[in-house]
Amino acid sequence: MTKPLGSFPGGLVLDGQKKRSTYDAIRKTPLSKKLILPLQQHIGAASTPIVGIGDKVLKGQKIARADGHVSVYLHAPSSGTITAIDEQPIPHPSGLSAQCITLETDGEDRWIDLADTVDFTSLSEHDIRQKIREAGIVGLGGAGFPSFIKLNPGVHHTVETLIINGVECEPYITCDDMIMRERADGILDGIEVMRYALRVNNCVIVIEDNKPEAISAMELALGRRQTKLQNTTVVVIPTRYPTGSEKQLIQVVTGKQVPSQGLPIDIGIVCHNVGTSYAIGRAITHGEPLISRIVTVTGTDVKHAGNFETLFGTPMHELLSFCDTHREPNEPFILGGPMMGYNLSGDHLPITKTANCILVGVDNAAPKTDPLPCIRCGECATACPVSLLPQQLYWYSRSKDLEKTQQYNLMDCIECGCCSYVCPSKIPLVHYFRFAKTETMNQRVETQKSDNARIRHDNRLERQEAEKKDKEKRQRQRKLALAASKAAKQKAEAEKAAANQTQSDNQEQ
Amino acid sequence: MPLSRLSSPFLSGTSRVTLHMLQLLLALVPAVIAIVYFFGPSVLITMTLAIVTALLAEALMLKLRDRPLKPFLTDGSAIVTAVLLAIALPPLAPWWLTVVGIVFAIVFAKHIYGGLGYNPFNPAMVAYVLLLISFPLEMTTWLPIAALSENPLDFSGALQAIFNGQLVSGLGFDTISGATPLDAMKTQIGLLQHPSSISQQPLFGLFAGKGWEWINIWFALGGAYLIYRRVISWHIPVALLLALISISLMTWLIAPETTASPLFHLLSGGTMLGAFFIATDPVTAATTVKGRIVFGAGVGLLTYIIRVWGGYPDGIAFAVLIMNMLVPLIDYYTQPKVYGA
Repeated sequence: MTKPLGSFPGGLVLDGQKKRSTYDAIRKTPLSKKLILPLQQHIGAASTPIVGIGDKVLKGQKIARADGHVSVYLHAPSSGTITAIDEQPIPHPSGLSAQCITLETDGEDRWIDLADTVDFTSLSEHDIRQKIREAGIVGLGGAGFPSFIKLNPGVHHTVETLIINGVECEPYITCDDMIMRERADGILDGIEVMRYALRVNNCVIVIEDNKPEAISAMELALGRRQTKLQNTTVVVIPTRYPTGSEKQLIQVVTGKQVPSQGLPIDIGIVCHNVGTSYAIGRAITHGEPLISRIVTVTGTDVKHAGNFETLFGTPMHELLSFCDTHREPNEPFILGGPMMGYNLSGDHLPITKTANCILVGVDNAAPKTDPLPCIRCGECATACPVSLLPQQLYWYSRSKDLEKTQQYNLMDCIECGCCSYVCPSKIPLVHYFRFAKTETMNQRVETQKSDNARIRHDNRLERQEAEKKDKEKRQRQRKLALAASKAAKQKAEAEKAAANQTQSDNQEQ
Repeated sequence: MPLSRLSSPFLSGTSRVTLHMLQLLLALVPAVIAIVYFFGPSVLITMTLAIVTALLAEALMLKLRDRPLKPFLTDGSAIVTAVLLAIALPPLAPWWLTVVGIVFAIVFAKHIYGGLGYNPFNPAMVAYVLLLISFPLEMTTWLPIAALSENPLDFSGALQAIFNGQLVSGLGFDTISGATPLDAMKTQIGLLQHPSSISQQPLFGLFAGKGWEWINIWFALGGAYLIYRRVISWHIPVALLLALISISLMTWLIAPETTASPLFHLLSGGTMLGAFFIATDPVTAATTVKGRIVFGAGVGLLTYIIRVWGGYPDGIAFAVLIMNMLVPLIDYYTQPKVYGA
């Protein structure tokens, strides 16, 4: 066990509410009759279906392939028949629909023949990344970024430290806690693979000190593999929100800061979540694609809170009723944690790769009253882990002064919600910042568009000008040629006439 | 559904504007008791009058501005303005002085600029300065503690004095009123008296003005409570007091025969009230950490400059208002370094 080297400003000590969902071991969610699988469950381009309606598929069979570089494969979570490939509501804050593959399960849950497992050290790093991509693995901490990309540091970077994120700083969520308690060996399998793929020697597994069971489970498992996993240690850090956020975690563990608009790899660090590590371990050492995840179902309105290994595509309401939740049909609930999750309503939304927690009812909920004006108390600035000035950003976001919001570094906001939490006027600051960020993005896109249009227009004018010149030149040349030929003709005629004259003169003579 | 329920975070801390204001009022209680002890109960009458006037003015302005009454009348900010001004006014200040001051504070210094959160200048101090400039006689008529201890003023006497302008004993104000210790120190130093002999007079106590020193100490303790409860941050009061100590110590060491001691300045006039309760008004003070230090130090220095070389005996109010003007500038140049920048 080693000590953290740094800390970050601000942050909050929150009531974790973790015990609600850690009484029971991880349970399996019953197989649903219908699984709805969005083609995009990750950051990047949506996958492309490779099955048709009516096709019979087996558990673990690929049903959609990666489209472009930033994309991954998608697999059937159970055996059955593809019944639809169409637009379905997806768990997204916008409430919009997107392309999904619907699978009616046959109840047999029959696996496809998994490839024989091989010793991964006989594979190249590239092959390992390819396998991880084909296994459909994305960051399971919540962001859903394709993991194989983060395992490719490129030729210009060397990785000094691999950080395994078992912090889980948001209240209520316990899926990482439980996977560490129960599947520490699987996580270490993944760490072995990642260390090999990244050629990195140092690895730290970071856990908050409010998870003593997870800490001892990880240390115990690590102790058994000391020869294989040298220079891998568990780092226990104080419980403070938002330490689990990648940038803050790096600051706490290493004392270094990721450059603004940069990536951890720029300072030689790669971070992966414990759940992702487990999935990578299963994929490489057992050949299993990612078809399920652990979902925490908890909240003050959930009677039997706990963690559930759930197949992707399982409708959320099945999971909720399985946990005996007091909830009206279509009453909104939170996907993710209470600080950074989002409100969803709609019973048939499916569990996706990034769905870490379903939260129904919280203590200390944000008030229903309208906010008071900002009294400039500065508590938000004190709480901000990135040292922004939220009240200035609020002021400029409200007045849509986007240029000013950029001067005050709006884009560095990680939307952790600390500012809104501490605000005595109960202003939903992050709401305004999201708005201003989106507006800024739109503006950038618009600027890009108009820039492109201008460049195209300029090019066109240039082209037209060139064509015109070319035309004129050709005309001039033609004229000249014409004139020359005319002159030559005249000359010839004159010569001819002269010759005739001479001839006739001679004749006369 | 309100915005706060539409998107994350869905949790909310316990901090509330009203709670801040209540804590602030609570922290004033010991010092107010001390004022009553030394200057009689008149401050309580002035305070009640000020609060009632402030709430009426606030309600009127909210009505005129078409704003909801309940959230803004219960936020406590008008009451805090009223209480602070009532404390700053001299005991037995005539009722109309209080009313004029409060109406000006609420209507002009606060609501004309947009109400809670939008006023660039501290309303209580704007009113105080207005009164000081317009009614210098009434604003500098302080009852000497010595006279009061011989002839204590009871509640009905104070009422009569405030509303009828008469003292029960039939004496006029001018016969028993006198200068504040700060005022006396300034004028007598001007008359080439040595500060150490000035402070031997009955107007003075152990370190500063008799009574005043204890009131200031109670204000400071109340302020410490506010810092402990995190209603205010330590930066402004500490910077203010350190600046005041530094400059007064410097001049005192250079010229002890013409300047009062740092302790005298710390415990005189409105130093502690200003440092912990006025300069820390979040709406009108600087907001960044570094900015607050600059702001506090500025108030401290200006207070001293005005007290010693300016035309008024105390300088807190002017100093706060001048620094209020500089807040946008200070905030702009003291932004913290953002992560990764």
